[in-house]
Amino acid sequence: MKIRTHQVNLYYSDFHALKGITMEISANTVTALIGPSGCGKSTFLRVFNRMNDLIDGVKITGDIFIDGQEIYDRKTNIDDLRKNVGMVFQKPNPFPKSIFENVAYGLRVNGINDKKFIEERVERSLHQSALWDEVKDKMKKSAFELSGGQQQRLCIARALAIEPSIILMDEPASALDPISTAKIEELIYELKKNYTIIIVTHNMQQAGRVSDKTGFFYLGELIEYDDTKIIFTNPKNPRTQNYITGRFG
Amino acid sequence: MKRFFRRFIEKFIEGIFFLSSSVTTLTVLLIVVFLFREGMGVFNKTPIEEGFAIALNKNNSVKEISSLDMKNIFDQNITNWKTLGGNNDSIILFRIDDISNYFTDEQLGDSLQYVPKCISSLVDSLTGIIAFIPEKYIDKHFAGRKLPMDKISVGKFLSGKEWFPTAQPASQLGVLPLILGTLWVSLMAILIALPLGLATAIYMAEIASEKVRRILKPLIELLAGIPSVVYGFFGLIVIVPLIQKVFDLPVGETGLAGSIVLGIMALPTIITISEDAIRTTPRAMKEASLALGANKWQTIARVIIPYSMSGITAAAILGIGRAIGETMAVLMVTGNAAVIPHTILEPVRTIPATIAAELGEAPQGGLHYEALFALGCILFILTMATNLLVEYISKKRKYNKQ
Ligand SMILES: Nc1ncnc2c1ncn2[C@@H]1O[C@H](COP(=O)(O)OP(=O)(O)O)[C@@H](O)[C@H]1O
Ligand SMILES: [Mg+2]
Repeated sequence: MKIRTHQVNLYYSDFHALKGITMEISANTVTALIGPSGCGKSTFLRVFNRMNDLIDGVKITGDIFIDGQEIYDRKTNIDDLRKNVGMVFQKPNPFPKSIFENVAYGLRVNGINDKKFIEERVERSLHQSALWDEVKDKMKKSAFELSGGQQQRLCIARALAIEPSIILMDEPASALDPISTAKIEELIYELKKNYTIIIVTHNMQQAGRVSDKTGFFYLGELIEYDDTKIIFTNPKNPRTQNYITGRFG
Repeated sequence: MKRFFRRFIEKFIEGIFFLSSSVTTLTVLLIVVFLFREGMGVFNKTPIEEGFAIALNKNNSVKEISSLDMKNIFDQNITNWKTLGGNNDSIILFRIDDISNYFTDEQLGDSLQYVPKCISSLVDSLTGIIAFIPEKYIDKHFAGRKLPMDKISVGKFLSGKEWFPTAQPASQLGVLPLILGTLWVSLMAILIALPLGLATAIYMAEIASEKVRRILKPLIELLAGIPSVVYGFFGLIVIVPLIQKVFDLPVGETGLAGSIVLGIMALPTIITISEDAIRTTPRAMKEASLALGANKWQTIARVIIPYSMSGITAAAILGIGRAIGETMAVLMVTGNAAVIPHTILEPVRTIPATIAAELGEAPQGGLHYEALFALGCILFILTMATNLLVEYISKKRKYNKQ
């Protein structure tokens, strides 16, 4: 198992946001997290790269293993963890830098200065995120000059450049038009060969199209977790059934 | 009836608002017009005191004497006409008070009616003479040559290296030392205040806990409320002696003392504005950086500061703006020597300090008085330029952030 969580609870001060989540995720799969707004999908996603640590008053109990290592252990280096677990956010959030420097950022902050190496890695990452052809002639231009969809693929390239093994995506296409969304979905399918992907989405069809496994969250609980096909055709829990048939959420 | 009344009240209030805004606009315009009208009076006048003239022997080949040379002659720094391209002949100074050394009371006449004739013959007889005399004592058949004096031009005013408006016989109205003094002190102040202010702003926005911030913030606002004289006292009692000791100087009143005091005064502006700018960095931007394995400091240096750069620049320029216009504290600690500063460890004098110190002793409407107003115009232009720069930069900022 690539990722294993056992009885994970998370509190925002007094608010119990995740309730005893136990889940196993194997390598080179896409796992979709679905559920109504406010049910804890993003919170759970941010457990894996310890992004919740930034928020005052957060308390986490339970175990989270990545490649067999407890990531909330005191021995775990948080910067190394984040190098291994890349993240793509809901809204494209490129840095106020050039296209090239956006992709090179992760390498630079991790102490890599070899110019040739950086150039090669940037180009490869942009190829992987299917953006290379669109930006190869304007690498020095500001990242803000790209369209929203291009910016999001740039953010994916930025995450890929430091060669993580896991990529977390929090509704990566929710701010994009249908064509850009299709491109991102295609990309996820491609990336699955080399990466383990966890994607939060409120778009049922999208979950059905891109994921191998799906977890349904409701009020901080993992109600049902199974193969995507089963969740969408034959869920065991009536609340899952109600949600995917659009009766609530 | 009621409706009519309400409309009347509305119109009335509208009128009051219109009136107050026009009065404000008019006042601002009036101040500027007044400043420039008084200030421009200094140009196209001669630096010689009104009603006085300079005269030479008619055989003297010197055609023109700049006002700086004039000062050097009367200070006896120049003692031979050779220096000015004339004949090899010692310069003999003659002021009207010296007349009793050459003539008896009898010769001058009991109602001084022969003074013009005496002066005329004196100037004729001494080849090396330079006479500084009232116009009214110049004879109809004057045997000497009245020297035409250069008018004060904008260029000379700005590039002149000597500020000595009460010099006799010719005022020295060169504002270059004052402009340079102002710029030096202000720039140094920013060099001192910017790193300190930026560090504080970053600390408050990104590092300090909410509790610490709640204590720090009012303290910094308090700093902004302290009157400038108090900063001056602080500078005089603490910073001036310290500088004197540390750099082993004859006097501690230096440009550096002024810069430090101004730097402290500019801190609240710099801290408040750059903290606001830093706070506008979107959370997602910071998280993106951290998610790529950057630590807190790398995120601050590589993402947060570049993102808030234009706000930080605006903070720095507004800080300079305050420093340029500041009078009292600077007057108290800089030593006020109107010479071009070569190092920051010499006494310097700024424009506002000059105006504050000299306006009281300058006779109204006189050359000195008008020169001080011209200084005011220069200060106005300097501060307006910084304000325009801020506006330009903050416009650019809006454009940059999509
Ligand atoms: N920083 C926070 N502080 C307190 N409560 C939070 C914070 N972030 C999220 N929550 C709460 O935790 C719950 C789960 O939020 P989230 O994980 O963002 O939901 P989802 O992504 O599924 O919409 C919500 O009720 C939300 O209000
Ligand atoms: Mg969410």
